[in-house]
Amino acid sequence: MLSLKNIALTFNEDTPDEKKALQDIHLTLEKGDFVTVIGSNGAGKSTLMNVISGSLKPDIGTVAIDGRQVVHLPEYKRSSYIGRVFQDPMAGTAPSMTIEENLAMAYARNKKRRLRAGVSKKRRELFREFLQTLQLGLEDRLTAKVGLLSGGERQALSLLMATFTEPNILLLDEHTAALDPSRAELITNLTGEIVDKFNLTTLMVTHNMQQALDLGNRLIMMDKGQIIFDVSGDQKQELTIEKLLHEFQRIRGKMLDNDRAILG
Amino acid sequence: MFISLFGAVESGVIYAIMALGVYLSFRVLDFPDLTVDGSFVTGAAVGAISITNGVPPILATLLALLAGFLTGSITGILNTKGKINPLLSGILMMIALYSINLRILGRPTLSLIRESTLFKNLEPIWDATGIDQAINGFIGLMGVERFPDTWVVLIFMIIVTVLIKLLTDYFLKTEVGLALRATGDNERMIRSLSANTDTLTIAGLGISNGLVALSGALVAQYGGFADVNMGIGMIVIGLASVIIGEALFGTKNIARTTLAVIGGAIVYRIVVTLALRVDFLKTGDMKLITALLVIVALIAPKIITASKENRRRQRKKMALNKKTEEV
Repeated sequence: MLSLKNIALTFNEDTPDEKKALQDIHLTLEKGDFVTVIGSNGAGKSTLMNVISGSLKPDIGTVAIDGRQVVHLPEYKRSSYIGRVFQDPMAGTAPSMTIEENLAMAYARNKKRRLRAGVSKKRRELFREFLQTLQLGLEDRLTAKVGLLSGGERQALSLLMATFTEPNILLLDEHTAALDPSRAELITNLTGEIVDKFNLTTLMVTHNMQQALDLGNRLIMMDKGQIIFDVSGDQKQELTIEKLLHEFQRIRGKMLDNDRAILG
Repeated sequence: MFISLFGAVESGVIYAIMALGVYLSFRVLDFPDLTVDGSFVTGAAVGAISITNGVPPILATLLALLAGFLTGSITGILNTKGKINPLLSGILMMIALYSINLRILGRPTLSLIRESTLFKNLEPIWDATGIDQAINGFIGLMGVERFPDTWVVLIFMIIVTVLIKLLTDYFLKTEVGLALRATGDNERMIRSLSANTDTLTIAGLGISNGLVALSGALVAQYGGFADVNMGIGMIVIGLASVIIGEALFGTKNIARTTLAVIGGAIVYRIVVTLALRVDFLKTGDMKLITALLVIVALIAPKIITASKENRRRQRKKMALNKKTEEV
C-alpha cells in the first residue's frame, strides 16, 4: 500500500547547522494498517509526513503508493491519493468559504475539476449525510462560513474532508494537539471510527502516548531521524506507557553506548 | 446636472468591468496585482489599433480581452514559476507594458473619432427602436430639461456588465472556481486537496486582467481615443470601487459582493463628478480625490463599528448599574 525505501534527507548539508532529519528509513504499510508514530521533538516525524505527502523531497529513496512510484510527483498531484489533517485547526479548511463549499473542494480531490457547479442538490444531500456522522449538528449549517466554527468543529470538518473520498493513504499530523482535552478526545474517537469504517491505511503522528497506544494496530518510535522501535499486533496491544518509556530508555542507552564506543 | 450625472453613471458601468477584474485578483486571489495599470491600456491599445486597421469593433474588443488575459498570465507566471513576490511581479509587468503599449499604438495617442466603434455601430439599430424618445419623454415628465444624446451606451453597457457579473458569480461556484477562491483563502489546504495552485493563480490573474483590458477597450471606444497614459492610477480606481462598494452594499455572498463592486464603480464616478463641480477643484485633483475616497471608505466602516460596539457596551453598563441600584 505505502512503501518507503532508503529515505534520507539532510537539511543544511555541509554547514555547521547540518541536520540529518531522516536517515535510511524503510517502512511498509499494508492495506488497512493504522500506524501511530511517536518520538521526541526533532525526531523526524513531521519530516517523514512531509516526505510522504510531497511537500518535502527526500535526498534519496523512493515512495510508492499502491506500487506506483510517486516520489517525483509534486504535492498537488500526490494529494489525489493522500488525505491529510494538520495540527493547526485553521490549516485544513478555507475560512471565508461555507461548509458545503469546503466539502465540495474535498469531494473533487480525486476527480478532475470542471466548470460545473461545485455544490449540486445531490451532493448537498451527500454532504449532509456525511456531516451527520460527526454528530456536531454541522449538517444544519451547510451555508455557514467555516471561519465561524470553533477549533474542534473545524478539525472535525478537516478530518471528514480528508477521509470521505477514501484516500489510499491518510496522514494525521498531531491533529488533536491544538485542542482542549474533551475536543481532543472527540476527534480521537472520530478518527478511530472513520478509519475503521473506510478501512483506511493511516499514519498518525502524536505526542500523546496514551493516544498512540489506544489507536491503531502498529506503533513506531522515531529518534534522530531513524525508526528505532516498531511493534504491531498482540505485542502492541500489550504495551503500556511504562513499557514504552522503558523501551525508549533501553534503546537510547544502547545507542549512547554505541556512540561512546565509536568516540572512544 | 442631470447630464453630468448621466455621464458619470455611463462611464461607471463601463469601468465596473475593470473593477470586477480587480475584485478577482485583489479579493478572490488575495493578490495585489498592479498589472492593471498596464493591462487596461493594453486593452485600449489593442482595441483601437485593430479598429483603425479595419477589424470589426466586436472582434477588436474580444482581441483586447485576449491580450489582457495574456498580460495577467505572465504576471502569474512571474509570481508562481519565477517565485517573484506578487507586488513586484505586477510592478514589473506594469512597467514592461508601458513600452509594449506604446509599440502597439505606434504613437502616444490614437484617435478613434473617424472610426466605427461598438457604440456607433449600435446607434442606427437603436434609433430604429425609438426607445430613446420613450425614455426621454418619460423623464421629461419628471422635469428634466436637457436629454442625453443617446441611451444606447448606458443600456448596452448595463446588459454587458450584468452578464459578466452573472458569469463571474457562476464561475466562482464551479469546482474550478471554488479551488480558485481557496487559493486566495488557504493555499496550503487546497494544494493538499490536489489542486494546482500555480495554474489557478495564472488563470485567475489572466481572467482578471482580461476583464480589465475589456474595460479598457470599451473606454477607448466610448471616449474616442486610446492614450498610453490612460492607465495611470487605474488600480487605485479599481480598489476604490471594490472598497467603496463593499462598504456601502455589503459582502454577504459572492453575488452580493460582485453587485456591490459594480455599485462601487458607479458611486465612485458620481462622487468624482460631483467633486469636480466644486469651483476650486481642478481635473488634476482627481487622483487626490480618489486617494482620499479610498482612505475614507477604508476607515469609516471601522469607526462606525467601533462606535456601535461602544454604545452596546454603554447600554450593558447602564443596565448593570440600574440593577445594582435596585438591589
